[in-house]
Amino acid sequence: MRVELDEPKCVASGQCVMASPEVFDQRDEDGVAILLVEHPADDLMDGVREAIAVCPAAAIRLVEQ
Amino acid sequence: MGASATGLAAAETLRREGYDGTLTLVGDEPHAPYDRPPLSKQLLAAEWDTDRLTLRTPADLDVLDLDLRLGTAATGLDLPAHEVRLADGSTVPYDGLVIATGVRPRRLPGEGAHVLRTLEDALTLRDRLTPGRRLVVVGAGFLGAEAAAVAWRLGAQVTLLEPAPVPLAHAVGAEVGAMLSRAHLDHGVDLRTGVTVTEVTEDGVRLADGEVIEAHEVLVAIGSVPNTEWLADSGLGVGDGVVCDEHCEAARNVYAAGDVARWYNPLFGTAMRIEHRTHAAEQGMAAARNLLAAREARKPFAPVPYFWSDQYDMKVQAYGYLRGHDEVAVVDGDLAERRFVAVYRTGDRVTGALAAGMPPKAIRQWRQAIAVGAAWSEAVPTELEEAHHG
Ligand SMILES: Cc1cc2nc3c(=O)[nH]c(=O)nc-3n(C[C@H](O)[C@H](O)[C@H](O)COP(=O)(O)OP(=O)(O)OC[C@H]3O[C@@H](n4cnc5c(N)ncnc54)[C@H](O)[C@@H]3O)c2cc1C
Ligand code: SF4
Repeated sequence: MRVELDEPKCVASGQCVMASPEVFDQRDEDGVAILLVEHPADDLMDGVREAIAVCPAAAIRLVEQ
Repeated sequence: MGASATGLAAAETLRREGYDGTLTLVGDEPHAPYDRPPLSKQLLAAEWDTDRLTLRTPADLDVLDLDLRLGTAATGLDLPAHEVRLADGSTVPYDGLVIATGVRPRRLPGEGAHVLRTLEDALTLRDRLTPGRRLVVVGAGFLGAEAAAVAWRLGAQVTLLEPAPVPLAHAVGAEVGAMLSRAHLDHGVDLRTGVTVTEVTEDGVRLADGEVIEAHEVLVAIGSVPNTEWLADSGLGVGDGVVCDEHCEAARNVYAAGDVARWYNPLFGTAMRIEHRTHAAEQGMAAARNLLAAREARKPFAPVPYFWSDQYDMKVQAYGYLRGHDEVAVVDGDLAERRFVAVYRTGDRVTGALAAGMPPKAIRQWRQAIAVGAAWSEAVPTELEEAHHG
C-alpha cells in the first residue's frame, strides 16, 4: 500500500500529524502536510487509516500497489 | 441519516470496526457525499471544479457496500418500532441509528437572496459574481467574511453588513475580531457594523432604520438552524440540535453527530453544538464506535474542537471552545502584524487558542494545554497577562 497526499487540497489542519506522527508532518511556513513515509509498515497502518478518516480535506488516500 | 461528512465518517467507521450487516446511508441531496468548506473558498473562486469536492471516489464508496439512498429525505422516526420513515413512503428498520442531518442557513424575510450551504448555492452565487456586480453580504461571521473576500477577489463591489459593533467578537473576542475585520477595510470591502438588516427587497436590503442598500446580489450568512424537523414527534429531545449525553447518545442505540448534535462535552463540562468540519468526522467516528461497543465499553466524546478559515491571504486556525471566554491574551507574535497566537481563558482554565500566520507547532502546544485542562495561571506567562491588562 502506498500513501498519496493531494497537497493542493490540504488545509493544514494537522489532524494527520496527530493521528499518525510517524507518517505525517507539516511544513513550518504554511502548515501543509508532508508525507514522511510513502510505504508505511503494517504496524503504522492503523494510524494512517485514522488520518485518512479525520483529514478534513479528504487529501490523503491509500492506493494498492 | 444524512449523507455528508458526518454520515460518511460514521459509515466508514462502522465498516472499519468490523460491522458487516446492512448499512443504509440516506441523504436528501442528490449528490454523493461532498465537502462544504471549499464552497466558500476554492469553488466560489472558480479555482476548483465540482468534482474536486467529492469526499470519496465511487470505488471507495463501493467498498463500503452501502444501501445508499440519495435524493431521499427522512421524514419521521418511530423509536418504539425502530424505524425511520422516508419521503418516498418507505421505511428503514434499524438496530442502531446515527442522526447526521446537519444544519441549514437561517434566512431573512423577503425573496431572492442567496445562501451558501450546498453545491447548488455556491454555483448559483459564483455565476452571478462578475466584475463590477454589487454584492451585499449580510453577516460578517466566518462564512460571510470568506465569501466577501472571494467576491472581492472576483472583482465584485462588496458591502458587508454586521449587526454587532465588532464582527466575531462573541466568538473570538473584540481585539481579534477587530483585527480580522480590518482585513476587509484594507481590501476596500465596505464593512458596516452595528447595522441590522430587516428584510431582503427586490433591489437590495432594508435596514432597521428604513434605509435601503442597493445591490444586484444579496448573500445572507447569519447562522444556521439544525435540521431536526423530521424528529419533531419522535420523542427525542430537540432544542437547538439533537440533545445527547457524553456518549453522543440521544436514546437507546440512537446517536447524533456533526452539526446537528448537541452533546455534553466532559472536557469543557458543558453541552455544545459544533459546526466544524473536523468535528463532523471525529464525532461521526465516535458515535459509530459507541454504537458498536458493549455499553460499558463506550467512551465519552471529549474532543478539543478545531476550526480553520481562509480570509484574503490569511489562514485563521482555532482550537478549543472560545465562546463565553473571560479573557484573551496574545502569547506569541503580534496582532497588528497578523502573525500571532491568542489564548482564551474561561474560569481558571485555558479553553481556547487562535492563530494566524504562525508555524503549526506554535499552536499545537496550546491544543495540548486545552486537552489536559491546563490552569491559566501556569500555562500563560504572567508578564504577558499584565501587558494585556495594562
Ligand atoms: C460554505 C461553508 C464553508 C465552511 N467552511 C468551513 C471551514 O472553513 N472550516 C470548518 O471547520 N468548517 C467549515 N464549514 C462547516 C462544515 O462544512 C460542517 O461542519 C460540516 O459540513 C458538517 O457536516 P455534517 O455532515 O454534520 O452536516 P451537513 O454537511 O450539513 O450534512 C447534512 C446532510 O444531511 C442532509 N439532510 C438534512 N435533512 C435531512 C433529512 N431529513 N433526510 C435526509 N437527509 C437530510 C443535508 O442535506 C446534508 O446533505 C463550512 C460550511 C459551509 C456551508
Ligand atoms: S489532515 Fe489533511 S488537511 Fe490536515 S494537514 Fe493533514 S493532509 Fe492536510
